[in-house]
Amino acid sequence: MKSPRIKSHVIVFLAPAVLVYTAIMIFPLFNTLRLALYTEADQVRMFVGLENFRTLFGDPRWSESFWNALANNFWFFVIHMLVQNPIGIALAAILSHPRLRFAAFYRSAIFVPTILSFVIVGFAWKLILSPIWGIAPDLLSAVGLKSLFAPWLGKEEYALTTLALISVWQFVGIPMMLIYAALLSIPEEVLEAGEVDGITGMAAFWKIKLPLILPSIGIISILTFVGNFNAFDLIYTAQGALAGPDFSTDILGTFMYRTFFGFQLQLGDPHMGSAIATAMFGIILVGVCIYLFGIQTRLKRYQF
Amino acid sequence: MNKARQNPLNAVAAHGALILYTLIALFPVFVILINSFKTRKAIFREPLALPDADSFSMIGYETVMKQGDFFLYFQNSLIVTVVSLFFILLFGAMAAFALSEYRFRGNTLMGLYLALGIMIPIRIGTVAILDLMVQTGLVNTLMALILVYTAQGLPLAVFILSEFMRQVSEDLKNAGRIDGLSEYTIFFRLVLPLVRPAMATVAVFNMIPIWNDLWFPLILAPAEETKTLTLGSQVFIGQFVTDWNAVLSALSLAILPVMILYVIFSRQLIRGITSGAVK
Repeated sequence: MKSPRIKSHVIVFLAPAVLVYTAIMIFPLFNTLRLALYTEADQVRMFVGLENFRTLFGDPRWSESFWNALANNFWFFVIHMLVQNPIGIALAAILSHPRLRFAAFYRSAIFVPTILSFVIVGFAWKLILSPIWGIAPDLLSAVGLKSLFAPWLGKEEYALTTLALISVWQFVGIPMMLIYAALLSIPEEVLEAGEVDGITGMAAFWKIKLPLILPSIGIISILTFVGNFNAFDLIYTAQGALAGPDFSTDILGTFMYRTFFGFQLQLGDPHMGSAIATAMFGIILVGVCIYLFGIQTRLKRYQF
Repeated sequence: MNKARQNPLNAVAAHGALILYTLIALFPVFVILINSFKTRKAIFREPLALPDADSFSMIGYETVMKQGDFFLYFQNSLIVTVVSLFFILLFGAMAAFALSEYRFRGNTLMGLYLALGIMIPIRIGTVAILDLMVQTGLVNTLMALILVYTAQGLPLAVFILSEFMRQVSEDLKNAGRIDGLSEYTIFFRLVLPLVRPAMATVAVFNMIPIWNDLWFPLILAPAEETKTLTLGSQVFIGQFVTDWNAVLSALSLAILPVMILYVIFSRQLIRGITSGAVK
């Protein structure tokens, strides 16, 4: 099979996947980047170069919304990194304990929120946190903390953090599963060797297991990053396209949706929408590159 | 196992932490389900109580059945998910076979090209995808969604399946070749049955995001007759915000199919994740 000429059956095998992928994913992706360089006046498409980006970053009406959405998006990501991933790792560490009973039950139960749609999650939490229904205040008063209750989703200063925590609640199962898999793949001999040297319990986790699962933590971080910077559904179901109160929960996904489709008095503008999509593409690309070239190559991988 | 790693106190703490988190994970689902079977008064008076003879009511479900076309939404979701999965698996397996089996010029490059989509979300191209669907007249058809989900699922499918196909014995395929089987027969009759577990993993990974997606149904197929269950319940709940019985019942109906799928496939899903298919 040395001949480098492509045989007909290779083409037949590759063609459907390559065609669908190119036509529906790659071509529209580049077409969106291209559309960001155009604008429309009197239903005629005109090439304007980087004008849309100048508006997006320079015109205060646009740039304020853009930086607001970007900053919110970063906060959204930070909460996931600080809350979701440590909880996921902790749960996985407990679950991977040998001889733990009911491990399969806990694993399946904790993964349940991850399989629910954003629509279910968004509305369910909206109802639970609603001051009208009173489940959240009742639960807080049961532990004597009623004074802490506030209509979190309706307050500008809490809404974004609350939504980020809801999203954490939903997705904690993913880091848990991936880390759990990584912990299981650590061979028994390594841990036993540690025990011989007197390293057990928490010390074994910090000194032996954690360094060995760092590559998985890296993968989780980049998955979280890409997922967060392309999030939309939860904010849309819980707060609507306007990402209220007063845009305090606006992230790039909702900002792009509003710009593209329009809302209330503003007409939809596919070209500005493309410009925002291009910015999102850039941010995700930078994140992925930092991971691939800055982090992944420096992490030591151990082969057993 | 030796004693160093066994400590009864630790075991109690471990179970305590896991039970606490399990409660946190299941509590919202539980609250929604029990309250969907209660009268409006009981929902507000005793939100955490189980429905009893006095408070039991199906009024919410009756409203949902009368007002929303949930059977149609369910059918749409089912068609979109099943057909997309079929194309992802068929096209993905074919491409994975070509990449892992044959050496040809551009093989590595083609692999990288197809892998690009693993990290870049397809949503970035939404503006142009809508443009494309408008031009081809596919807006408000289930076909538009099927095409998008197929394209979205292919990169990871090709990646995972080609890993597995490399492990299929070379001798088996060569034996087939000596017996005069065509390359197509070798693929469909010899290789596909052997990678069935990997195909199941890919299917389960793709199933949940496709079923739950809100973005593309909202943009590409918002018409009444093409609404998926996710979009349908979103719109329905949005219209009935003040009718708590209806909202809770609609949420419960949306939870039901996913829970059934999860109960059927959870073992496959968890085995897929833990076998390192996504490493």
